Amino acid sequence: MLNINGITKIFAKGTPNEHMALNNLSLNLDKGEFVTIVGSNGAGKSTLFNAICGTFFVDNGTITLDGRDITYLKEHKRSKIIGRVFQDPMRGTAPNLTIEENIALAYARVNHGPLGKALNKKDVALFKEKLKAFDMGLEDRMKTKVGLLSGGQRQVVTLLMCTIVPPKLLLLDEHTAALDPATSDKIMKITNDIIKEFNLTTLMITHNINSALKTGTRTIMMDEGQIILDISGEERKNMQLNDLLTLYSQRSHKVFDNDRMLFNE
Amino acid sequence: MALVMGSLQLGIIYGLLAIGIYITFRILNIPDLTCEGTFTLGLAISAVVTRLNHPYIAILVALVFGMIAGAITGLLQTKCKIHPILAGILVMSGLYPVNLAILGGSPNLSLMNSNTIFRNCIDISRSLGLGPDATKIAVSLIVTVAVVIILAKFFKTHTGLAIRATGDNEDMVRASSIDADRMKILALAIGNGVIAICGAMITQYQNYADINSGNGTLVLGLASVIIGEVIFFRRNITLSLVAAVVGSIVYRFIIALAMRLPFFDASYLKLVSAVIVGIALSLPAIKSGISLLNTKKGGSQNA
Repeated sequence: MLNINGITKIFAKGTPNEHMALNNLSLNLDKGEFVTIVGSNGAGKSTLFNAICGTFFVDNGTITLDGRDITYLKEHKRSKIIGRVFQDPMRGTAPNLTIEENIALAYARVNHGPLGKALNKKDVALFKEKLKAFDMGLEDRMKTKVGLLSGGQRQVVTLLMCTIVPPKLLLLDEHTAALDPATSDKIMKITNDIIKEFNLTTLMITHNINSALKTGTRTIMMDEGQIILDISGEERKNMQLNDLLTLYSQRSHKVFDNDRMLFNE
Repeated sequence: MALVMGSLQLGIIYGLLAIGIYITFRILNIPDLTCEGTFTLGLAISAVVTRLNHPYIAILVALVFGMIAGAITGLLQTKCKIHPILAGILVMSGLYPVNLAILGGSPNLSLMNSNTIFRNCIDISRSLGLGPDATKIAVSLIVTVAVVIILAKFFKTHTGLAIRATGDNEDMVRASSIDADRMKILALAIGNGVIAICGAMITQYQNYADINSGNGTLVLGLASVIIGEVIFFRRNITLSLVAAVVGSIVYRFIIALAMRLPFFDASYLKLVSAVIVGIALSLPAIKSGISLLNTKKGGSQNA
């Protein structure tokens, strides 16, 4: 499904600040795989997502999605087949538009008549039904401006916007990290339900190692722009937090220094 | 009575300017200085084409060229990555010699002997028993209301919604597979097209074109938009467009009343507009300052 072949990205090339964010990285995902990504700050996790989304073009290597070479495809064209939810709840929605307008904008990815009415009864009924399934009470607030919603509610709207037209690839960039634990659990449950329902190929960055091992079907660990660990199946099932940390130290010759990951339940 | 009629007529026509400014400033979130050039552009084109005895076509030609000018600003902002305000200034200042050339090299052009839309309609409506003032209001209203209706419909389409979202959250627009650059260019083209129509109507209304008419239009339009928002608040898109027009009418009345003060000189108009806009835009900061003061006061009382 997703084939990343030897991509490299160097920031500030040719200056003293030169920084290799992605180092000849390759990754292959099958359809329906749900991969969790862990790694310390600056390991290149978000950079990898930016490369996949086309926020910038890579210096080297190719990215293929569903058989189509998207290495040099523009960002807004890729977003037709890639859904992305950010950590910051503000980034995924337009605050001054209503809930239904936000979703309608995302829904227009498929039925796109440029001068067609953005909101029609049939679509709004569909949005309502979808929101109702999330059980957040949002279905009664379709005409509320999204700027007035809480962070968790905004993330739910963003999730729906990313998946109302099922994407070929879903990218979750620590999308529950800015939320309180209870809301975070709820959003994670909704996320899992959606991924299962559409059998979405998913990449999820998380700082929570335990949930990284429990969620999804495969876990990769990144360090200095490379994948240093890639586990799935039985090996992953038997993996404990401590094993993972030992492996990390062995592979990266560093001690795991991210408190946030260790102290998270 | 003349004062009321005059203010109403001007207010309705300048409502188009307010709508144009609303699109660029409120929807797109860019203070777009191109408008000072496109207003005069519409004015000059309209004057020349009206003198050729095509007053109606004059409006359409003004619209087209206003849109082109706006699109150029948009291209400079998005494709050439020039700072939005500077892009507007570049086009505005580049338009000056163009406008002068359209006017035939002279700074003003009279339409005293030409057949304008207003003269045309006054002739027709006289037989229906309508006076010239009522006719001028009717003509201005028809144009402005038509623009409001078309835009209100447009901003509820997919493209219109995408433009509104672009001013709100560009990241989200890109993530929804929409070309944000194209939306910006389109919105600037529409905004400036409407402003050019305003210039085109004004020149036929006042029967002359002047190369300096565009000076201060941005502040003038902003003042109208803000007055409209004070009256209507910021609600849905249709009401916001209507609010801009109403704001423009109220603004004209304020100006007309101020002009009757003995010490008030016409040149003070720009100062008054600037003060209105300055105060209105700093209101949120003033409010939060006051509430902070109150909090502090309350704190020392409780201590």
